[in-house]
Amino acid sequence: MAVRIQREDFDPGREIQALTAGSTSVGGVASFIGLVRAVAGDKHVGAMTLEHYPGMTEKMLAEIDAEANRRWPLQASLIVHRYGRLEPGDRIVLVITASAHREAALEACHFLIDWLKTKAPFWKLEETGDGESRWVEARSSDDAAAGRWARPRDKNAAE
Amino acid sequence: MKVLYFAWLRQRTGIGEETVSPPPSVRNVAGLVEWLRTRGPGHAEALKDLSAIRVAVNQEFATVDAAISPDDEIALFPPMTGG
Repeated sequence: MAVRIQREDFDPGREIQALTAGSTSVGGVASFIGLVRAVAGDKHVGAMTLEHYPGMTEKMLAEIDAEANRRWPLQASLIVHRYGRLEPGDRIVLVITASAHREAALEACHFLIDWLKTKAPFWKLEETGDGESRWVEARSSDDAAAGRWARPRDKNAAE
Repeated sequence: MKVLYFAWLRQRTGIGEETVSPPPSVRNVAGLVEWLRTRGPGHAEALKDLSAIRVAVNQEFATVDAAISPDDEIALFPPMTGG
């Protein structure tokens, strides 16, 4: 279980290697890598700047990571999220989960990225050309994606 | 108490954080936002629509009716867009 917030890039292969090194009980590793796209709707995105709430971000990611470890039998997990100015093609976020079996690893990875999108205090400012920039608006589809992981007892909290 | 602003709330107020001493009649987040609007045109513009604002009190998500006290850290921000 680990979370990192950083300005610099990360190497997914190296992170997976480090997370599973020395373990002989991990049977499956799942990962998700989020990248900056050059298109948002009908606009060209030249770059984006990610702002976050230092202190609360680390706390929220740790809580989400802990929740994944409560729900699935994970041997290891890692969330890395970048902030600062990023360009199309740059990596934004990395989620890695390792478990004895593939179901737990795949489901926990999906859960982590869905919850992270609606519960971690990050905001994206897109540069759309001509010196214009706009704050990305939250999408209801992200809330729906996070909501599918709600359990009956915490359904109200997730919606 | 400390008030933090993020994303367009930071841009419109022109500040990332400020320390304020609202009157004792300000008891919850909604009351604080109403009082903060009077601090200037930037604040009035940034805080005009309470329904567009999300809140954290001491780094925990909270609702606008959450009680506040002088030692609290209150963060005001738009819905989050990470990942």
